[in-house]
Amino acid sequence: MTGAALEVSGASRAFGGVFAVRDVHLSVAPGELRAVIGPNGAGKSTLFALIGGQLAPDAGSVTLDGARIDRLAAHRRARLGVGVVFQAARIFHGLTALENVMVGAHGTTRAGFLAGALRLPAHYRTERLIRSRAMQCLRRTGLEGWADRPAASLPLGQQRALQLARALCGEPRLLLLDEPASGLRAGERAQLAALLSSLRGSGLTMLLIEHDVAFVMRLADQVTVLDLGRVIASGTPGTVRADPHVVSAYLGTAS
Amino acid sequence: MSDFLGYLLTGLGIGAGFALVGSGLVAIYRVTGVVNFAQGAFAVLAAMLTSTLLTAGLPHVLSELAAVAVAAVVGVLVGIVAIGKPGTDPGTSLIITLGLGVFAYAVEIVLWGDQPRSFPGLPGVATVGGARIQAHYLLILGVTVPVFLALAAFFSRTDLGKALSACASNRYAARVVGIDVRRMGLLAFALGGALGGLAGVLTTPVQQVTFDSDVTLIVNGFAAAVLGGLTRPGVALVGGLLLGVAQTLIAGYGWGAYQLEVALLLMLTVMIVQAARSGPVREAAR
Repeated sequence: MTGAALEVSGASRAFGGVFAVRDVHLSVAPGELRAVIGPNGAGKSTLFALIGGQLAPDAGSVTLDGARIDRLAAHRRARLGVGVVFQAARIFHGLTALENVMVGAHGTTRAGFLAGALRLPAHYRTERLIRSRAMQCLRRTGLEGWADRPAASLPLGQQRALQLARALCGEPRLLLLDEPASGLRAGERAQLAALLSSLRGSGLTMLLIEHDVAFVMRLADQVTVLDLGRVIASGTPGTVRADPHVVSAYLGTAS
Repeated sequence: MSDFLGYLLTGLGIGAGFALVGSGLVAIYRVTGVVNFAQGAFAVLAAMLTSTLLTAGLPHVLSELAAVAVAAVVGVLVGIVAIGKPGTDPGTSLIITLGLGVFAYAVEIVLWGDQPRSFPGLPGVATVGGARIQAHYLLILGVTVPVFLALAAFFSRTDLGKALSACASNRYAARVVGIDVRRMGLLAFALGGALGGLAGVLTTPVQQVTFDSDVTLIVNGFAAAVLGGLTRPGVALVGGLLLGVAQTLIAGYGWGAYQLEVALLLMLTVMIVQAARSGPVREAAR
């Protein structure tokens, strides 16, 4: 797994005249785990959507390994290696957990519809390959025991993990996670942290939007702080934590 | 008793047509969230075209298959107009399909006139358990049942079918795993076109077709589909067959004028019951 470089430059997006994200610059090196934090309404989710492809920027650009992706539809970005884990449990009801994860490989397979329809040997080879890859992803996220259960029957924490497994099955080069720790119990949180560390160890680039500052300060290489749609600080967890702008954004200014 | 069996088999044949139209509605609705009111037009178009091809000397089967293929292509065209523009909401798309359905009347009248048309189907009379029915009704059933089995296998076994199911379940998530949701929507429209076309070419030999036959088909097809909340093809099949049998029995015992009302009444009852039980039928794309 080799991570891609992500570059956001001058990105702006307004809703009804109000800027949700304004002139944001962000540069993530290959293999880096970047956290984006900020108070409610800071523009974190909008930034996430601009990178993932749910929204297009009004101005500015987003590039992946130097290639512009900001005008591409979400499915095109996925095929270029952008994996997404939403905060909401956006899983495929009606399919099993394993099938959910296998669908995650959709963007990476070109075995073709004809081979599938005609049940050619090539189809079975690809299907076996994807099945074993999907099982690996389920193991990695601690879901191997749920493989054949209907996805909708999984508890909420497991549904989040299922999204992560599905994203990993697509073999992303950049993984976007929107508040992955929210709503998780302490034990699940520790498991998630361990998994993210191990993914970083394997060289995957990750961008993590998070509300829980303590959670990301332990994990991230670099932290970017947003407030009212602008970047107010950026750097290592240590420097950001000491930054007076950050303190005032979170706690309000005394003056 | 043999009267009853005859009505039953005839009703199943007629109901199979409703089920095919209904399953086309389901295929499109599941993937795109659009109720396609041009669904009945696919059937009329394919039936008219078959009559022309047969008159031109093309053999049976080939004519029917060609007409179904054209219906699939027309399905894609309807899809392009209805959902082609990114960000069109399903309500707007519904109105577009309604407009296209009316537009289809004009095209059909120009090409084929406003008189009823038909063409011969499977000739002969079959005797089943003492009941004598037109053999063609058995052909309708003999085609419809395998088509539904193939459809079920397609959705549950193939990658493409799973991708379609994924779109049906959650569009956001489908996009982020690399599925082109719009393309899948057009594929669903093609499938809907083919299923509607098949309904037309199968039922016309026993029912005739006019340019406005689509109203009967869409009302009955929708009634069949709504039984399964517009999302379950299997239930649409059962619904269609039940509807066909009910209508044939009513007609057979002398109440023929009320066939369409039965469908409407059933549809209303199901919708009211479902609305009371489960709130909105559709699972929103969260």
